[in-house]
Amino acid sequence: MSQVTHGLGGLKYDPAKRTRPQELNVFVALVLIVATFEILGRVLMGDSFLLNTRDNVDTLFNEQRLQIIVLQVSIVGIIALGVTQVIISGGIDLSSGSIVGATAMIAMSFAQVAMVNGNPNPKAIFGDWAMDLPVIVPLLVGLGCGILAGFVNGALIAYTRIPPFIATLGMMVTARGLSKWWSKGNPISFPTESYAAIGKGMMPVVIFVVLALLFHCIMTYTKYGKHCYAIGSNEQAARMSGINTEHHKVLVYVIAGALAALAAVVLSSKNLTAQAGMGVMYELDAIAMAVIGGVSLQGGRGSILGTCLGALIFGVIISGFTFLKLDAYYQEMVKGIIIVAAVVLDQWRQKGRARG
Amino acid sequence: MDNIILETRGLTKRYGGVHALEDANFILRKGEHVAVVGDNGAGKSTFVRQITAVEQKTAGQIFFDGKEVNFEGPLQAREAGIETVFQTLALADDLDVPSNLFLGREMFKFRFGPFSILDRKAMRERTLEALKTTAVKIPNVDNPIRNMSGGQRQCVSIARTAAFASKLVIMDEPTAALGVQETAQVENIIRGLKEREVPLILISHNLRQVIDLVDRIVVFRRGRIVASLNKDETDGNDIVSYITGVKGAEAATV
Repeated sequence: MSQVTHGLGGLKYDPAKRTRPQELNVFVALVLIVATFEILGRVLMGDSFLLNTRDNVDTLFNEQRLQIIVLQVSIVGIIALGVTQVIISGGIDLSSGSIVGATAMIAMSFAQVAMVNGNPNPKAIFGDWAMDLPVIVPLLVGLGCGILAGFVNGALIAYTRIPPFIATLGMMVTARGLSKWWSKGNPISFPTESYAAIGKGMMPVVIFVVLALLFHCIMTYTKYGKHCYAIGSNEQAARMSGINTEHHKVLVYVIAGALAALAAVVLSSKNLTAQAGMGVMYELDAIAMAVIGGVSLQGGRGSILGTCLGALIFGVIISGFTFLKLDAYYQEMVKGIIIVAAVVLDQWRQKGRARG
Repeated sequence: MDNIILETRGLTKRYGGVHALEDANFILRKGEHVAVVGDNGAGKSTFVRQITAVEQKTAGQIFFDGKEVNFEGPLQAREAGIETVFQTLALADDLDVPSNLFLGREMFKFRFGPFSILDRKAMRERTLEALKTTAVKIPNVDNPIRNMSGGQRQCVSIARTAAFASKLVIMDEPTAALGVQETAQVENIIRGLKEREVPLILISHNLRQVIDLVDRIVVFRRGRIVASLNKDETDGNDIVSYITGVKGAEAATV
């Protein structure tokens, strides 16, 4: 143990006692779940879950399945990135799903084409002035909505000191109401080609991966990230150390709102339509991804990498159930059980460590 | 006035009808180590909280480094050069030692508002340096301090104060929760501050420690300063009689 350069005085450094990175546990869980589906698949379906079994395609893995796994979690994954930094800084955001709904409706209203097959757009929300706008307009309008909603969340939490649960619950209900009121419940369709390109094919995955990398760097290497952990870990200490916790919290929720808005743009673009019910339950899925990925609901612990692994676990489970031809009902039930199990595991780990 | 670092005149704090601190007149000279003692609720912590602006005083004046000051919050006090170890640990348990030492005053490679890039290497190096000069022994600075003992955490907290100490250090019962070995470590840090001529206000219940470490002892009783005793002219019994009110019924001025 020659690497002990600064450990003396009876306080010995025991490498065995070093905390194992949380992400490793999540990764092991992911591998185990994949292995389970692989085995179940071979036994029950006579088919492989991940490996390619078709003769006419020359690949090792079942690429189609891999694509579906990442594609179906990428949009909620974008939200989960924002939710992760909210939870790490000791908060919670229940409003992201509703922000997705409201933002999708509003952004889509500025992304419509004037003429559909030679006829005026039957789903037009605004007059001619809002038709065939460059893609930057709906994008900025959408981001603006998300930022505004996030700002309201953050300002309420930071300055009125109501619990984040209540503030974002209020936003959740309000934003959902707004999305229903916006077009009186009608779907908004026929986006411009450039808007439709945002979420085309595997674009959601690309956007998710780029954002995940960006936020991984932000949380790991910047003052912002460090202060998220500090506030989530001990808010009073953070304040006494001179961190402006109010400003920081507002920024945290603004970023969460912006990411939810971005998810809304990608989702509505991918679906070529926006509906008032879009994003229902996304907030809980996003929280679940973070929690499964080892982000502690008590704040201060977790990482973007963990959340990405949590998202993958989510995707694998959904795909696995489809692969085994199990009903969607079971999916939901199992999803619920996994979320609770993840939190219970987190609590146990805390207890193991609590001894000072 | 030249050699005075901190002076309070008529410092008063009331919580509603409770007079936690009444007309405290206090002087701390440059390089001087002063202990503040008194029974529970005598106003020691209240006194410190007014100086560090954790709370706002009801009345009175505070002079620091030759000027009257009215800090709006602990950050301003810290920026002015007052470093404090609080009774409740002001540490973030999930962060490692360098992050805690530099919390709120990080070093940067590249500045870009909240998204400034941290200079983690430099902070780690300065942390090891600081721990070396304060003789604090931490097994592994890269672990979250959650995994450390109460004593080690208190040492981190004190090392943080000592490392950045510029003009005045205040410690509020720094050894209250510590074992023998760790207490000795903290006392060594305090002696190091004395050598570096950093002035100190030490709140403590431990009279042996107080007589051992500081130059002067200020006794609080029922929100008032009742005595200011030079170390050489007093002993434990003398201090206790002031704390309990046997001596010094009338308020003393320093």
